[in-house]
Amino acid sequence: MTVTTITDAELAPKDYASDQEVRWCPGCGDYAILKAVQKALAELGARRERTVFVSGIGCAARFPYYLSTYGFHTIHGRAPAIATGIKLANPELDVWVITGDGDGLSIGGNHMLHVLRRNVDLQIVLFNNEIYGLTKGQYSPTSRRGTRSPSTPQGSIENPVSPCAFALGAGARFVGRAVDTQQADVVTLLKRAHAHKGASFVEVFQNCVVFNDGVFDSFTAKTAAPDAQLHLEHGKPLLFGPNKERGLRLTPGTLALEVVPVGAGGVPSHDILVHDETNRTLAQLLVGLEPPEFPMALGVLYCSPATSYEADVYAQARAAGFGRDVADLGALLTRDGTWTVE
Amino acid sequence: MATTTPPRTRQTRESVVIRFAGDSGDGMQVTGSRFTVEAALAGNDLTTFPDFPAEIRAPAGTTYGVSAFQIHFGGVDVTTPGDEVDVLVAMNPAALKVDLKDLRRGGTIVVDTGAFTERNLAKAGFPANPIEDGSLAQYQMLTVDITRLTAEAVKAFGLSTREAHRCRNMWALGLMLWMYGRDRQVTTDWLRRKFADRPELAQANVAALNAGHAFGETAEMSEHLVGYTVARAPVEPGRYRAVSGTEAIAWGLIAGMRAAGLQKMIFAGYPITPASLLLHTLANLKAHGVITFQAEDEIAAIGAVIGAAYAGALGVTSSSGPGMALKTEMLGLAIATELPLVVVNSQRAGPSTGMPTKAEQSDLFQAVHGRNADAPLAVIAPATASDCFEVAIEAVRIATKYMTPVILLSDAYLAHAAEPWRLPDPSTLPRFPVHFRTDPAGFHPFVRDPVTLARAWAVPGTSGLEHRIGGLEKDYDTGHISYDPENHARMTRTRGAKIAGIANDIPPQRAALGADHGAVAVVGWGSTYGAIQQAVREAREDGIDVSHVHLRYLNPFPSNLGDLLKRFDRVLVPEMNSGQLVQLLRAAYLVPAEGLSKVEGKPFKVAEIVQAIGARG
Repeated sequence: MTVTTITDAELAPKDYASDQEVRWCPGCGDYAILKAVQKALAELGARRERTVFVSGIGCAARFPYYLSTYGFHTIHGRAPAIATGIKLANPELDVWVITGDGDGLSIGGNHMLHVLRRNVDLQIVLFNNEIYGLTKGQYSPTSRRGTRSPSTPQGSIENPVSPCAFALGAGARFVGRAVDTQQADVVTLLKRAHAHKGASFVEVFQNCVVFNDGVFDSFTAKTAAPDAQLHLEHGKPLLFGPNKERGLRLTPGTLALEVVPVGAGGVPSHDILVHDETNRTLAQLLVGLEPPEFPMALGVLYCSPATSYEADVYAQARAAGFGRDVADLGALLTRDGTWTVE
Repeated sequence: MATTTPPRTRQTRESVVIRFAGDSGDGMQVTGSRFTVEAALAGNDLTTFPDFPAEIRAPAGTTYGVSAFQIHFGGVDVTTPGDEVDVLVAMNPAALKVDLKDLRRGGTIVVDTGAFTERNLAKAGFPANPIEDGSLAQYQMLTVDITRLTAEAVKAFGLSTREAHRCRNMWALGLMLWMYGRDRQVTTDWLRRKFADRPELAQANVAALNAGHAFGETAEMSEHLVGYTVARAPVEPGRYRAVSGTEAIAWGLIAGMRAAGLQKMIFAGYPITPASLLLHTLANLKAHGVITFQAEDEIAAIGAVIGAAYAGALGVTSSSGPGMALKTEMLGLAIATELPLVVVNSQRAGPSTGMPTKAEQSDLFQAVHGRNADAPLAVIAPATASDCFEVAIEAVRIATKYMTPVILLSDAYLAHAAEPWRLPDPSTLPRFPVHFRTDPAGFHPFVRDPVTLARAWAVPGTSGLEHRIGGLEKDYDTGHISYDPENHARMTRTRGAKIAGIANDIPPQRAALGADHGAVAVVGWGSTYGAIQQAVREAREDGIDVSHVHLRYLNPFPSNLGDLLKRFDRVLVPEMNSGQLVQLLRAAYLVPAEGLSKVEGKPFKVAEIVQAIGARG
C-alpha cells in the first residue's frame, strides 16, 4: 500500500479513491454515487485524515473500502451507533454514514430513529434501491406492495416506508433526496448536507440493475424526468415540467397540494407555493408526493439547523469541569468521606 | 459528643450480623448504610448486603415490598455478609415474615409493635399476631412500640403524621447504635446536611435517633435488651473509605484510563438492572474525563463505544443478563477489528429476564465462548467490592495492550455490596501508556506487535494512516479484505494466540489461603471469594488439608493453573451456576474437578461450603 501524505494541497476527486478495485455489479447505481461523493469531497476540500466513512452491511456498505479516507465497515444496521461513538470521542472528525434501505430502515431502523432525533453531526446517505441486493433480491422495507421477490413469490403484502418521511418524523433537521445518475444534483445535495451542522439525512434513489432494474423509471427515465421531477430551491416557486409550466398550490379550503397549470390559461403565479426549506409542514406535504399524480420532490426538503448532539454533550461536560480532575485520582477516591486507622 | 457509658455490663461478641428489614418506604437501605459507616468508623471490619425488591413501589405492607439491608461487622476479618442473622430488626409484619427464616435460633428480633396492626398482619399473611401467639418462643424478643415512641420524640417539630412516621428508621438505628456501643455523631452531621433545606426534618430525625439511643440506655426492660461490645478489627493502618463494587469499578476504570495515558472515557449503557448503577455513577464524573451516553438499546451502547475506541478513547459499556446477549454481535466486531473495549457484566439470575435483582455467576460460558465463530476475548472477574478497583484497572490494561475486548464479570451482589477499603496511593498504581501509531512507514491496519500480537491503534485524525477496517476477514500482510482459506486459518490462529498470550503477562496462580498442594483445593471466581475464604479458613481450623484458589483471570487462565490443580487430590468448584468453571477446568486440564452449585439468587453460605469441604477432606 502506498502512503501519500497530502494535507494542504487541493485534492481532485480521484485523490479520494482508495487502491481497492470497486466490486459492484456493472451498471450499479453505486458507481455513480461513489463518483459524486468523491467529487463532493474534492469540492469541499475534505481532509482525508479527518474524514471517516462508516457503513453497515449491504451492497452500499462496501463504500468505505473505495475511499482513501478513514473507513469503518461495521455490522448490519448499526453504523449510526458506531458513528455516534466516533463523534463523541472526537467531535472534530467529519463523519459520514453510508447505509441502505434494508440496513438503515429495517435492521437498523431503531438506530436511524435515534441518531436523527439526537441530531448527531453526521451526513447520513441512504441508498434506496427498494431491494436486498447483497442477499440476492428479497423485498425490503421500501419495496412497494406487490413486489415479487424470492421471499415474496406472490408479491409483497407490506406497506413500504418512505425514508424521508421517516426521517422527518424522527425529527431530522436536514432531509434531502436525489437520483443516483443525476450527479450534479447529488453533489450539490451532499455539499448542502455537509454544511449542515447536525444529522443530515440524504436519500439517493439508486437503481439495482440486477434485482430491481428500472424501479424508479417513472420519474428517473430521461423522457419522464422533466414531468415527474420537482427540483426544490429555497425561496423559489414549486414549478416543474419541461418549461416549468406546472406548479403546486394548496387546494383551496384543504391542507393538500394539487398540480395546477401556470401562465397563460393557468392559475396566477402568486397562487403557486414558494419553497421554504425551514417549514416542516411544507416538507411533510412535499415528501408524500409520488408519481404519476404528482412529481417527485428532489433536493433539500427540509433544513432547520439546531445545536448538534455532541456539541451539547461537550457543553454540559465542560460545565461540569470536563477533564479537570483527570490527574487527581486522590480527589476522586476520597470524596464522600474517609477515616484513618492508626 | 461523649460516647455512651454502658448502664449494664456489655457482653462481648467477635462479630455480629444485623438485618434491617422493613417496607420499601421505611428507609432500610439508609438505616443500614448509616450503621455501616458508624461501625467502620469504630474500626470494625465489615461486609454489607442490600436486598431490595424488584418492584419500585410495591404496595405498602406486602411481603414482596420488603426491603432489607444486612451488615456483618466484627473485630475479625469479615469476608461475607454472614450466613445467619443475629439480630433482625423488623419494622412491620411482612419484614418478619420474609426475613425470619435467616435468623439463627436464639437470635434477637426487634419489632415495632406499633406496625403489627391487624391490617398489616393480614397483608403479611399472619393468621394471628406472632408476637403474641408464642410462635417466636425460640428467639429473643425485643418488642417496642417504635411508632409511638418516634411520634413522641418528634412531636415538637410540627411534622405531618406521615413525615413523623418516616423518622422510625432513625429511632431503630439509634437503638442499634446503642446496642453495639457505636457513636452517632457522624450520622447526626449527615442528617443535618441531608435535610439542610428542611431544618425541622433534620431536627426530628436527630431527635428520633437520640430517642432510640436513650431508650437503650435507660429503659427498664427485659433481660433481652443487652448491650454488646465488638472489638476493633486488626486492620492495616491507613486511610479508609466505604466502597461498593459499582463505585470501585467506576473509579478503577478512571484510574485505568489515566494509567493508559488516555484523555477520555466514553461510557455507553442502556438502562438495565443492576448494571445501570455504573452508568449513574460515571455520569457524575465528567471532571475525571468521562462522557456518558445513554444509548437507544444495548446494541447501540456497545456500538458507540466501539466507535469511540476506534477514534482513540477508552470505550466502556456495561450490562446484565439479556442485555449482554444483545451485545454479542458487536463483541464479534470488536474482536474482528481488534479494538480495545471494556465490557462490565453485572451478572444476574437468568435465563431471559430471570431475577433481575438477584446475583448469579451463570454468564461465564457466555463470556468465554458465547459468540459465533472462533471469537476469543479476555475475561476477568473481581472477588470483592474493593477488588473491583484493581480488576477494572487490569481490564483497561489488557484491553489497550492487546487491542481486545475484555469482559469484566461482576454480579448483582458485587454491584451493591460495600466494604471498607484501604485507599491506594495513586502514585503507586500501575502505568501502561498507550502508544498510538503515527508513523506511516510500513503501516497497514493489521500490522502487529511481535510480542503481544496486538495490532496498531491508529486513530482517525492521524495523517498518512488513513485505512479501512471492518468485520470482513483481513489479509494478514496487508489488512485488505481477504477470502483466502489459508489466510483465514492464519488470522484465526493469530487472534487465538493473541488472547492466549495474555497468560504470560499476568501473575502466576497462587493459593489465596493454604498451601499450593494438598488434599483439597477449593477453586472459585468472582463474588464467592468471601464465602469460600471463610469456609476454607474454618475447615483448616478443623484440621482439614484444604486450600483456597481464587481465579481473577478466567480467559486465559494463568499459565501454571493446570500444574497447580494437579498438585491437589481433589478439586472442588463452588459456583453460583450449574457448573461452568468446573467444566472449563476439566476441559483445559483433564482434572477431576467437582462442582458445587447454588442457583438460588443468593450468595453461598459459609456453612454450605464447609460441609462440602468436610465431605471431601
